[in-house]
Amino acid sequence: MAGQTPKSLVAIANLKRLCDDHLKGRRYRIEVIDLMVTPQLAKDDQILAIPTLVRKLPKPVRRIIGDLSNIERVLVGLDLIPASRTSA
Amino acid sequence: MKHNESRNVTRKPRRSPSLPKAPTGIQGLDELTGGGLPKGRPTLLCGDAGCGKTLLAMEFLVRGAVESGEPGVFMAFEENAMELAKNFASLGHDLKALVAQKKLVLEFIHIERGELEETGEYDLEGLFIRLGHAIDSIGAKRVVLDTVEALFSGLSNTAILRAELQRLFRWLKTKGVTAIITGERGETSLTRYGLEEYVADCVIVLDHRVDGQMATRRLRIVKYRGSTHGTSEYPFMIDEGGISILPVTSMVLKHKASTERVSSGLGRLDAMMGDKGYYRGSSVLVSGAAGTGKTSLAAYFAQGTVARGERCLWFAFEESSSQIIRNMRSIGIDLEPAARRGTLLFHAERPTIFGLEMHLLTIHKLVSQFRPRVVVIDPITNFTSIGSLAEIQEMLTRLIDFFKIQQITALFTSLTTSGEFMESKDIGVSSLMDTWLLMREIKSGAERNRVLHILKSRGMAHSNQVREFLLTDHGAELRDVYVGPSGVLLTGSARDALEAREKAQSLFRAQEVEGKSRELVRKRQAMEAQIAVLRAEHEVEQVEAAKMIGQDQKRAGVLARDRVQMARLRQSDANAAGKTPKHK
Repeated sequence: MAGQTPKSLVAIANLKRLCDDHLKGRRYRIEVIDLMVTPQLAKDDQILAIPTLVRKLPKPVRRIIGDLSNIERVLVGLDLIPASRTSA
Repeated sequence: MKHNESRNVTRKPRRSPSLPKAPTGIQGLDELTGGGLPKGRPTLLCGDAGCGKTLLAMEFLVRGAVESGEPGVFMAFEENAMELAKNFASLGHDLKALVAQKKLVLEFIHIERGELEETGEYDLEGLFIRLGHAIDSIGAKRVVLDTVEALFSGLSNTAILRAELQRLFRWLKTKGVTAIITGERGETSLTRYGLEEYVADCVIVLDHRVDGQMATRRLRIVKYRGSTHGTSEYPFMIDEGGISILPVTSMVLKHKASTERVSSGLGRLDAMMGDKGYYRGSSVLVSGAAGTGKTSLAAYFAQGTVARGERCLWFAFEESSSQIIRNMRSIGIDLEPAARRGTLLFHAERPTIFGLEMHLLTIHKLVSQFRPRVVVIDPITNFTSIGSLAEIQEMLTRLIDFFKIQQITALFTSLTTSGEFMESKDIGVSSLMDTWLLMREIKSGAERNRVLHILKSRGMAHSNQVREFLLTDHGAELRDVYVGPSGVLLTGSARDALEAREKAQSLFRAQEVEGKSRELVRKRQAMEAQIAVLRAEHEVEQVEAAKMIGQDQKRAGVLARDRVQMARLRQSDANAAGKTPKHK
């Protein structure tokens, strides 16, 4: 995220809900990086869109952009459900 | 703000002040744009793959950092852009050093294709942050985004993309950086994704075309808001020095005409041109059939130039420099020392390697680097194999304009096919030239002799006579020709025969004259002898006369004495005798 914008706050809220709903009992770690605070990480992690969710583990690294309101897409992106429908 | 603007508008002079510009440092481009790209604004640079966009953008950045003190940021959105940028080092710029000196930032923005899940609303703030960070880290004044369109292949929400791009270009303006945005040519629009809608200040299009077998690159300024610019297509080339664009030669004939004269290197030829030679900055055409001595005239000019201490640049399109040097040595001109010293530079290549524009560019480049006062182009006729007559004329017009502005005197040789006195192509080209020397061959008897004739020479009184042009091993000679009894030009042995005859005649006449004068002398001597005799006689008579006068006087004296004595003897009164004078 980049500053406390409405989109970012929505994304964080959506993410928390998603984890509560679908990652119950699993170990996970959420790290929220504010690029306004640490701008150099935009380069290191190649972040273009805000908000972006990067799943670092398990590999491969997956990226999901947007405020995560499309839960299905998020789950597909995180490999939590198979991509049964047409690709993005 | 609005009030101020309207007040300023009424105060400003009629001609709107020119936009502040960021000089590119690229040869020719600053002239074309009237100073460079619009400062603090984005410029769109579009063209197909391989047309040189990345190179031009890189050169803009590097030169900005090195020459204008403006650090720059290069953001590559594609891998090949990154590679190209790194390869820029091969053009003689040390990119690593520039990065280390914080004058340059080279970054690669990785765009995942098809791997991205888009799950709702987003914006491209990350890009802004990245860019902003890079710009701020070195205080960049120039930015290149190459090529921003890559975003379209990674992200499918074009609405968001377009909105963000618009925002990006506005943001770049607020950052006060001069930006180059590259884009690919589109089928129906200028760029594939219509970036030209957002980047409206300046648009430049690059083109890479293959015409026949010649590949030429062209640049065109489609739009430059608030500035005058050249609107035509301008050929450019890419070489180890970077990009060179054919500079705009002012087609407005505003160059000053010099009154200075330079020797042609051949005294007799100078004599035919008012005893001074060519005008400095003028164009000279030497045309003639094969073997008529055109190159030797050029060599004389070159020799004269280096002897004056000036530099000469010789473009040889037919023979190699060593050939020319060897051939000229056989007529007594040694160009080797000047070539070795570096005051005479040869550039030899066959015209067929490149297109006309490339040659023009090469000539421009070399002239700018070497700064000669004289240029020889020998010959120009080979260009007919790579261009039409109209194209050659256009090229020559630009060249001659360029030389005149630089006050470079240029000599062009042109091969005419033997037999024809004047050809149409000669006429077409000759109208561009100030001086036209025609070399011809005259057949007389079983001989072919060369003659030279000044067909025209603007602005000077010149001989309209034909001279025989002889190439001997100790140099070239220009000799008067003889018009024989039937009005036929006599050259070669016929001329020699006539010369001999005339010599004999004049000798005979000389002898006659001598005889006459000798006679005169004799006569005078005789006369003087007579005078001497007369004088002698006269002298004798003078002497006799003097003698007689003397005797007379003596007699008179004796008589007077006698009288006195007789008076004494008569014992007359001496006093009375003495006083008698009273009565007398």
